[in-house]
Amino acid sequence: MKVGVVVFPGSNCDEDTLHVVRDVFGHPAQLLWHKDRDLKGSDYVILPGGFAHGDYLRCGAIARFSPVMEEVVAFAGRGGPVLGICNGFQILTEAGLLPGALLHNAGQSFLCRDVLLRVDGSPNRFTGGLSRTATFRLPIAHMDGRYFIDDEGRRRLEGEGRVLFRYADDNPNGSLAAIAGVLGEGRNVAGLMPHPERNAEPVLGNGDGRAVFAALLGS
Amino acid sequence: MVARVYITLKPGVLDPAGKAVESSLHTLGFQDVASVRLGKYIELELPEGDGTAAKARVEEMCRKLLANTVVENYRVELGSER
Repeated sequence: MKVGVVVFPGSNCDEDTLHVVRDVFGHPAQLLWHKDRDLKGSDYVILPGGFAHGDYLRCGAIARFSPVMEEVVAFAGRGGPVLGICNGFQILTEAGLLPGALLHNAGQSFLCRDVLLRVDGSPNRFTGGLSRTATFRLPIAHMDGRYFIDDEGRRRLEGEGRVLFRYADDNPNGSLAAIAGVLGEGRNVAGLMPHPERNAEPVLGNGDGRAVFAALLGS
Repeated sequence: MVARVYITLKPGVLDPAGKAVESSLHTLGFQDVASVRLGKYIELELPEGDGTAAKARVEEMCRKLLANTVVENYRVELGSER
């Protein structure tokens, strides 16, 4: 599996993500520039964390119109797996590939700390093999992570088992129903606010991100 | 002509920044303020022409980029000067 990590101006987790995919999991991986109109043979696309295009207007609002996003949308439409982490999640909601929106944290502060996550939703390609009873400690680092969706959207999301992750101990940013990650309608696009790549090796923490990232990649 | 675009959070969507401003106003003695909602104001300069068509065009810009209609409402006003 060849993994493409998209770099937007202002992405800052692209190299970390590339490192984990390539050096921790051993997948061939490449960076894709936001102006590329070609995914260069990638079989799996990741939109990493950061502040793409300065997060001007709204987080992800400008990035979703980057040339590469046309290819990402087409790739997702063909069933290709796409993962958005943090800012990548925000971009995927702006692009309409994932439902809902990510709003300013309820506490009005930038949050940079560990949270506990639990896995939810019905079986899917992104969380297969992860324990449903365990919690996973992952870092968050965001200002706009409050997941919101209207009542009807939430009923659909919950009814179709498309809530991937929920905050397990506290709800750091005021997300609706403590939602930390969701799955798209076609079940091949996923997004989450926490950063599995930042805790995928024991030197960076307890290594919980390794199990989570491995599941997300399906490896 | 100039288009003035007002973008506001939909009713029912929590606005923590608005709450913070509301609380500060109360601290300053403006107790009569019942609620504060923050939004965005965007000014666009457009060529002179048909107002109805221009408004429809700006509303399209709102739906495509300027607002996120999942959580925001927009309102467009046209004027002749800035």
